[in-house]
Amino acid sequence: MSTAPITVYVPRDSAALAVGADEVADTLQAECARRGIALKLVRNGSRGLFWLETLVEVATPRGRVAYGPVSADDVAGLLDAGLLNGAPHPLCHGPTEQIPYLAKQERLCFARMGVTDPLSLADYERLEGWAGLRAALAMPGDTIVQQVLDSGLRGRGGAAFPTGIKWKTVAGAQAAQKYVVCNADEGDSGTFSDRMTMEGDPFMLIEGMTIAALAVGATRGYVYVRSEYPDAVATMSEAVVRAQAAGFLGDDILGSGRSFHLEIRKAAGAYVCGEETAMLESLEGKRGIVRAKPPLPAIEGLFGKPTVINNVISFASVPLILARGAAFYRDYGVGRSRGTLPIQLAGNIKHGGLVEKAFGITLRELMIDFGGGSASGRPIKAVQVGGPLGAYVPESQWDLPLDYEAYAAVGAVVGHGGIVVHDDTADMAKLARYAMEFCAIESCGKCTPCRIGSTRGVEVIDRIVAPPSSTRNGPQHNRPQQVQLLRDLCDTMLNGSLCAMGGMTPYPVLSALNHYPQDFGLATPDREAA
Amino acid sequence: MPAPSAAANAATHPEAITRMVLARRAQEPGALLPILHEVQDALGHVPREVVPQIADALNLSRAEVHGVVTYYHHFRSEAPGQHVVQVCRAEACQSMGADALFEHAQARLGCHAHGGHGSTSADGAFTLNPVFCLGLCASSPAVVVDGKLHARVTPQRFDQLIGKLEAAA
Repeated sequence: MSTAPITVYVPRDSAALAVGADEVADTLQAECARRGIALKLVRNGSRGLFWLETLVEVATPRGRVAYGPVSADDVAGLLDAGLLNGAPHPLCHGPTEQIPYLAKQERLCFARMGVTDPLSLADYERLEGWAGLRAALAMPGDTIVQQVLDSGLRGRGGAAFPTGIKWKTVAGAQAAQKYVVCNADEGDSGTFSDRMTMEGDPFMLIEGMTIAALAVGATRGYVYVRSEYPDAVATMSEAVVRAQAAGFLGDDILGSGRSFHLEIRKAAGAYVCGEETAMLESLEGKRGIVRAKPPLPAIEGLFGKPTVINNVISFASVPLILARGAAFYRDYGVGRSRGTLPIQLAGNIKHGGLVEKAFGITLRELMIDFGGGSASGRPIKAVQVGGPLGAYVPESQWDLPLDYEAYAAVGAVVGHGGIVVHDDTADMAKLARYAMEFCAIESCGKCTPCRIGSTRGVEVIDRIVAPPSSTRNGPQHNRPQQVQLLRDLCDTMLNGSLCAMGGMTPYPVLSALNHYPQDFGLATPDREAA
Repeated sequence: MPAPSAAANAATHPEAITRMVLARRAQEPGALLPILHEVQDALGHVPREVVPQIADALNLSRAEVHGVVTYYHHFRSEAPGQHVVQVCRAEACQSMGADALFEHAQARLGCHAHGGHGSTSADGAFTLNPVFCLGLCASSPAVVVDGKLHARVTPQRFDQLIGKLEAAA
């Protein structure tokens, strides 16, 4: 009788833990022990097929076979049915890589996601890990910067600023100390690609930041992670310890004599700290209040020193660019949006999860072909793309290619690639009010349009949607006049705010008003729609 | 050698804890947030009486430290209830019924949170905090109960989770 242990994968991603992955793993181990079966349990990252979590995979001679969604109660029955041989079962989806949702993707950044044990240096190295860093160590800094410039990579946090230009500015700045800071304050609802990266492939982020440090001559770095992501903080912290012990971080990176020290810093629940200058204030130990720009952080950033600030996915895209060359990455995508985007399908969607595709895919393909329509089975009414500060996109725009410029042309944003689906029960006036309320709660308070405008915005929307009543005392609110007031207020916020918090809150508000006027009690489409 | 009870008392005294944290971290650049995190992790909140101590060690004014503690939603100056429950109120969770779940949670726990603020039940058993995104947006609605994440939470499931806590008490 064979005694070679059978390898089974049970994810450790927090989306799996939240549906009982630990209980599945414990039950699996207990059941196998009881049956005298040798088991090698690997706690991998998530494949990003969240409706199938907990997704259990078994290594078989024909590749990894997937079962899901598995609960602890299913384990004994699955073992009886031959789970460990990859046998058929109602929960079996066949070879994982052939599940259409995965097979149709173009996973560059997320190639290792869910495949490896996130904290295994051996796993990471076996699947192209550190190849980018090794290439970068053999290059002068300006060649690294040129590679990133040539790849066409733009900031994945939402602003889409060319990463290479930012790096070039920091590289050219003269200072005794420079910093590399990763903005992992992923506060946008509907986004989780940063979280998945930190929990599921942390060495990729470490490698990308180390390459940035080599490119610009920085020796210290910070990852600023949300306090709402305790698992990400723990995994990143452990990954830094392991990378340092193995010589990928520290005073003498892989014997090159170059040094880079990385520290994980926990944020404290302020959404506005996702704005880069507020984040710098927070890292310096202050209230996260937005700074006026200029000076740019690339010139005067953390502790007044030149600082590269990028999002998790921007840094995480860099190792592959260095390993395979700029042209490889640039060949994906459309127009000026090059490469791939890890898109996050969220909200009221049947098959929510992580879809990495080249730019150019449409919302309809994402929501229908990948997402399978709404989770409730009702018609989809609105889709918010790009987080709480992104526009609601109506059905007439679902065939636009996902591309920074194409979205900007219709007053929408790609942002960090989060897509939140709402079915036809959504009240768009309520969601617009929520956007203003959220801004009021989270405003740092430095500039007036954001601090005061958000509260006034809540009040105006309340007056617009108030039911007409002839019996009340006092004058009836004039709805068209209030709508005009809301538009004026949005105009002030858009043009007068210091950062995107106040400056983009009008995006969801105006798009809701323009595309769903009936929800505001307006009978006909507002002709003044901008 | 102090009696075990005295040693335990010294180790959990807010000022003693804060002193240990400060000794370890006060020299780091931008140390205030890490220090506040460690104090809150150890004590459950950042008591007002340790604010001057922290200010002194970092050469800041008390107002500056107080300003930071009160600016960030994560830090609290008052001890929370015995159990801390967070319910996500952001858009993705709203699309799957989070508003109704939050209403349900308020009624079930006897907490009346509003805006971005939390609330503790009169008997001190529960603190309910709204939270804006837990990164489980494809498995909405999401809640955290005493640090443990739960996804796809219906009101019935919520009652089961809370019932378990009450049964264990």
